[in-house]
Amino acid sequence: MGALDLKSVTKSFGATDVIKGIDLEVAEGEFCVFVGPSGCGKSTLLRIIAGLEDASSGDILLDGKRVNDVAPAKRELAMVFQSYALYPHLSVRDNMGLALKQAGVAKAEIVRATDKAAAMLSLENLLTRRPAELSGGQRQRVAIGRAIVRTPKLFLFDEPLSNLDAALRVATRIEIARLHRELAATMIYVTHDQVEAMTLADKIVVLRDGRVEQVGSPMHLYNDPDNTFVAGFIGSPQMNFLKSSELGHPGETTGIRPEHLHIRTGAAIKGTISHVEKLGGETLVYVRTAAHGLLTVRMFGEHDYEVDSQVALDLDPSRAFYFDGMGKRLR
Amino acid sequence: MARARASLGRTVAAHAVLITWTVIALFPVFVTVVNSFKSRRAIFAEPLALPWPEHFDLVGYATVLKQGDFFGYFQNSLIVTVVSLFFVLLFGAMAAFALSEYRFKGNLLMGLYLALGIMIPIRLGTVAILEMMVAGGLVNTLTALILVYTAQGLPLAVFILSEFMKTVSDDLKNAGRIDGLSEYAIFFTLVLPLVRPAMATVAVFTMIPIWNDLWFPLILAPAEEVKTITLGSQVFIGQFVTNWNAVLAALSLAIVPVLVLYLIFSRQLIRGITAGAVK
Repeated sequence: MGALDLKSVTKSFGATDVIKGIDLEVAEGEFCVFVGPSGCGKSTLLRIIAGLEDASSGDILLDGKRVNDVAPAKRELAMVFQSYALYPHLSVRDNMGLALKQAGVAKAEIVRATDKAAAMLSLENLLTRRPAELSGGQRQRVAIGRAIVRTPKLFLFDEPLSNLDAALRVATRIEIARLHRELAATMIYVTHDQVEAMTLADKIVVLRDGRVEQVGSPMHLYNDPDNTFVAGFIGSPQMNFLKSSELGHPGETTGIRPEHLHIRTGAAIKGTISHVEKLGGETLVYVRTAAHGLLTVRMFGEHDYEVDSQVALDLDPSRAFYFDGMGKRLR
Repeated sequence: MARARASLGRTVAAHAVLITWTVIALFPVFVTVVNSFKSRRAIFAEPLALPWPEHFDLVGYATVLKQGDFFGYFQNSLIVTVVSLFFVLLFGAMAAFALSEYRFKGNLLMGLYLALGIMIPIRLGTVAILEMMVAGGLVNTLTALILVYTAQGLPLAVFILSEFMKTVSDDLKNAGRIDGLSEYAIFFTLVLPLVRPAMATVAVFTMIPIWNDLWFPLILAPAEEVKTITLGSQVFIGQFVTNWNAVLAALSLAIVPVLVLYLIFSRQLIRGITAGAVK
């Protein structure tokens, strides 16, 4: 239950095309993450799946059934919003139980379902409170609980962690991953944060300007990007892009991840260290070069480098990616 | 320390300005209420003197209560004001919700058309309104007044409320849709409570002109049984003789209900329950 199929879905607002034809299959039980820069259409696509926006053309199939004209509440899905969107006038218990109440489920059954969801998210002590009396992290857990209570076919998450602070974000991320394992439900998750995408996803869909750039598992996208956009978007710090002509490499651009670029005396690429970031477990060295601009070198452990000192860089050709003038990968 | 003194000076200055303004604003009310408790001679001899003890006279109130059906007038005014207010808020909020929430052809034009009423005084249409009421057999009924006042209050209500409705989180409304709430349920249970301060503002601005209006009661409902308090008070103002005691007493009494309504709404202005709905 919960397989999603999009067939050449498009969406235009007036003359602006926001979604320019998307085909996508999400298998049952899969955790699928939409990533992309802001304005790439990922949230709009999620809203189309939810039924909050109508697709301009194309088909949305849930479990093989076309649901384009089905109301959001009848699509058997649940959505978690960035702003939590809890009902301010209802207690936590009523917030979580509203959808079941609307669907005409018996009272005892609603109580049982909310209790179960509350236990999963350790919200038992908060059930009588109003949203105003909760902290940000608690509110987001209630919002997730509200989604779980419905036992939907499909969970939709719209940047659910963006309003949380860093520590809570990690904790809630782990919580969501655990829920996905326990519920074995299909989940679609929108984020602009590639760390969330990498850590949660079975499948990442990279979007840009209303089009799918590449679909694949996190490691697939990391190790085998189709173009410079995906190569640059996935991975932090960003991949270095060097001019192939300067290095005698094929294509227009040579991409190399910061961990595969090494500081080695006598190497070919000369530059000046402009900044050093020590993160404890790793050290990032930013090197300004005449030929390739600013490059990032990532080293594990602690290393001491002086800012403004001259260094030479060496790259591992077996880990390099080559791209043509249009940014497409040469294979 | 210098800082503290400076801010003390500013506080005093700010309060002086506000107190001066309050005194100016309340002065007519003060004069009206004070003189309503005095004899006719005392009103003209010492208009600013307090009624206590030698000038004290309830003759104005006695006249008001004896002559004419003043409780009836009060009742008429209250019915007209409260019912008009209810319809203005209900229809105004619904129109504002539609304009701010749904994308449809002519949305902008419709909004401008509704806002146009703010700029065109409804009294310009008095003759046409009267003809319509005569044709509809509504002359000398409270319904006529309620219809006119509802029309009069709607433009401003739609204008103010649609701006406020735009600030209500889309996520909240969408969460309601996914949970299976109808558009009416979303409107009444999610959106209306969040725009309550705006509703109170609209209520206050709508209510006062209706309560104070003399024009339409005089033209559309001058009959004894449907007179409003403002029109009822006019019986004491004659071309040659004006019974000032009675006029002042009637006006003092007329302040009370509208003051009560205002206090009810101003509490809503202060109370906010949006905290915690969305971050």
